[in-house]
Amino acid sequence: MSSTAIPTPPKKTNRIGLEPQVYRGSKTTLCAGCGHNAISERIIDAFYEMGVDPRRVAKLSGIGCSSKSPAYFLGSSHGFNAVHGRMPSVATGALLANRELLGIGVSGDGDTGAIGIGQFVHLMRRNLPLIYIIEDNGCYGLTKGQFSPTADVGSRLKNGVVNDLPPIDTCALAIELGATFVARSFSGDKKQLLAILKAAVAHRGTSMIDVLSPCVTFNDHEGSTKSYAYVKDHDEPLGSLNFVPFFEDISVEYEAGTTTEVTLHDGSRLLLHKLDGKYDPTNKFEALRVLHETGARGEFATGLLYIEANKPDFIAMLNIVDEPLATLPLEKLRPPKAALDEIMEALT
Amino acid sequence: MATDLQVAPESEVPADQRIVNDFSIQVATVNGSGSQTANLVLLRSIFQMGIPVSGKNLFPSNIAGLPTWYTIRASRHGYIARKKEIDFLVAMNPETAREDVLSLEPGRAVVYDEPLKLNALRDDLIFYPVPFDKLVGEVTRDAKLRRLVRNMIYDGVLAALLNIDLQQMERALGRQLARKAKALVLNQGALELGFKYVDEHLEKRDPFWLEPMNETAGRLLIEGNAAAALGCMMAGVTVLAWYPITPSSSLCETLIDYLRKYRMDPETGKATFAAIQAEDEIAALGMVAGAGWAGARAMTSTSGPGISLMAEFTGLAYYAEIPAVIFDIQRVGPSTGLPTRTAQGDVAFCATLSHGDTKHLLLLPATVEECYTMAIEAFDLSERFQTPVFVLSDLDLGMNTWMARPLPYPERPLDRGKLLTEETLARMGEWGRYRDVDGDGIPYRTMPGQWGPGYFTRGSGHNAKAQYTERPDDYVHNLDRLARKFETARRHIPTPVVDIRDGAAIGIIAYGSSHVAVEESRDQLANEAELQTSYLRLRAFPFTPELGAFIDRHERVYVMEQNRDAQMQRLMRQELDAERSAKLRSVLHYNGLPVDARSVTDAVLVQEGLKAEAPPESPHGDVVSMVGGE
Repeated sequence: MSSTAIPTPPKKTNRIGLEPQVYRGSKTTLCAGCGHNAISERIIDAFYEMGVDPRRVAKLSGIGCSSKSPAYFLGSSHGFNAVHGRMPSVATGALLANRELLGIGVSGDGDTGAIGIGQFVHLMRRNLPLIYIIEDNGCYGLTKGQFSPTADVGSRLKNGVVNDLPPIDTCALAIELGATFVARSFSGDKKQLLAILKAAVAHRGTSMIDVLSPCVTFNDHEGSTKSYAYVKDHDEPLGSLNFVPFFEDISVEYEAGTTTEVTLHDGSRLLLHKLDGKYDPTNKFEALRVLHETGARGEFATGLLYIEANKPDFIAMLNIVDEPLATLPLEKLRPPKAALDEIMEALT
Repeated sequence: MATDLQVAPESEVPADQRIVNDFSIQVATVNGSGSQTANLVLLRSIFQMGIPVSGKNLFPSNIAGLPTWYTIRASRHGYIARKKEIDFLVAMNPETAREDVLSLEPGRAVVYDEPLKLNALRDDLIFYPVPFDKLVGEVTRDAKLRRLVRNMIYDGVLAALLNIDLQQMERALGRQLARKAKALVLNQGALELGFKYVDEHLEKRDPFWLEPMNETAGRLLIEGNAAAALGCMMAGVTVLAWYPITPSSSLCETLIDYLRKYRMDPETGKATFAAIQAEDEIAALGMVAGAGWAGARAMTSTSGPGISLMAEFTGLAYYAEIPAVIFDIQRVGPSTGLPTRTAQGDVAFCATLSHGDTKHLLLLPATVEECYTMAIEAFDLSERFQTPVFVLSDLDLGMNTWMARPLPYPERPLDRGKLLTEETLARMGEWGRYRDVDGDGIPYRTMPGQWGPGYFTRGSGHNAKAQYTERPDDYVHNLDRLARKFETARRHIPTPVVDIRDGAAIGIIAYGSSHVAVEESRDQLANEAELQTSYLRLRAFPFTPELGAFIDRHERVYVMEQNRDAQMQRLMRQELDAERSAKLRSVLHYNGLPVDARSVTDAVLVQEGLKAEAPPESPHGDVVSMVGGE
């Protein structure tokens, strides 16, 4: 009996020839069903689909459940699990040392909104080219469920304690501070989150993405405004998002008058199909209005809230050389003897 | 512009009774009145006459309006430590004039603003009244300018009274006010007026006198922070993150000025560095840690309160093994302390900064030259050992103007430490970021975005592969390796400078800015009490074998420090055996003023039983005081 060789199907690879597996990290130690794991999956998808070389990615985090997650994606990248809330400064130093790095920082609502609020504020105003993700569950999971600064007024702990303090809206804050890419999404909305993440990879500047990510262990009960059920029922998408990377120039059909197109610095395009035909993500006041109005209704506006695609980023403003500072050779770093002689002469 | 006023007035004091090139001048002014220019012109003039000189600024933690003192010491013997006693006072500040005059030893001289009528206070001093306000009216009618050039008049007065060549003073003024033509003319007028006033109205009656020497040729004047800044530039600093705090700000500010001038790519005009004023000290060190992790030569500078804030990141950098250079320009603590006074009070804190078992490398510059060379060494050591390195300078060293030899051009290439190569990776077998391949405790590292495998950096427990672990054996292995690395560092840090005096039973140990006072004190002990002393100057922590050997050679060893709790001695006792520890005694100076030789000498003599203890309230001595500032 003759046998016909069955051809091995070609391995699935992305545009730089890497397999999806390369974009995975170690096995998660977070709770089963944790929204953070879904976010890690979307990061893996986005970086794979964008064809980002994991070796040029620096993934950073602070302290908390969320901050553990960089271990669970891009296993071959360099990672840095810093101190509580102060990851922005570490990211700033790393990206100045090597401007060729693609930085992704993962923080939590406690990490960002409490101890880290100062560094968050300054990160936003500097417009450092960094994807900054807040995995937002409104509670401290790692210390067993205490309220975080993004917990809504009236939220209830399992033991019945009610939160009396207003939440910090990290998106409104980021917009006020000058962030150039501000989005809110939901860990359960695969399509929207993936589009936002891919656009963030293409954006040059700080991409602040607040992802509602219900805590299945401590904050997924009735009375919580960050439970899976509550977020699902109160998610108000501003529209549907499509992202067209620069290497994939396909046309997307949208009805005239309801679609906004934003071109990012690398030529990628963001297409926003508006649900109500009004929302303009390049209008700062509009973004803040929507955040306040939906917040007052107990709803979460999701999607791309604000974008300013052409503002110079922090590294551009510092006018540093094109090659990484980390690897400059001695002759570029040490002025010649004549320079020291000149300085000495001026001091005699 | 030269002047014909070149000859000082006749002195009533015969030449053989003069005190030549060996006295101190103190100028008491109001903060913010432009006195710094006048004081530096005076200092530089004496320096240009070839006379060894040092200047110390005692200034308030205030923007303007409070008393400030500038002390200049001329010493033909080359002593440049602070001299406690003031010989020649210039009393320009009405608020403190009375107290300043009352603090003087008999026979000293006072130039004062005539309306203050200070001559009524004492009859055992030599008084020179000068009507400064009246004189300044001859220079300018502009009220704001009058206030600024008023101080230059006392320079002219001092030139005449002390025999300073007026041409030297004009030259110094030119250096100080280069490119400010209008100010130069005004100030020159003020100088000449002061000089002329003495010539026409005063008779020189004090014994203090300056004569040209040839002891400063080839030397320069520089502040410790400026020298450190130059060292950082020559060390190839690439990321500088800082937050302003006295007395460290001038280090980064000067560095940024130099970097802008000398570290822009000649072809592109782009910077080969990134300098960031961070939002606070925590962020500053966070940026340094991130940059060091990614391969930059990164640094910050701060002082005590900033060091307190940096504790957490320092612990992370130690445990995660990230290079970082931290300049601590120490000031008086605890808490806000005396922000503009000097101390060596951060030694013990920095040595083990952060919680858990941590220990850090400390470099201890004693001179402006070492501020420069140790800046370069700090970067090499921090990358070689992948760990934070503290350079412990202080306000006295950092912010005061010192004589120095020209700073040498570094000939050594940069030591970037153990960066992974393919060969090492093959030798290692399997990649392990924290694997001790060479037995010296120092692992190999890779840089994000560069060649080599990635790894995960964390401040939580990790094994040799940088994986998270809470296994007891992994933790112990890691901690022991870090201790081994610290031991290796003992062989690479600067060794002490040792001067053994044959037959001396007594040894002195000092470090940092105490050095100049100790050098002078040793001469005083030998000349006044025939007490020969050996000397060991520490230059780094951890200690090297020279320390134990030095203690062994002597019966008693005095450890001189500028803190209350003998912090360095405490560190020594941790490492020394009981026999060596028993030989240690303390000489401590912690009043916020730079230490002077007399204080060291007296403390040693008292402990040696050669001098009675001074009464607690000395009528003369360290009287520089201030109330009401913040």
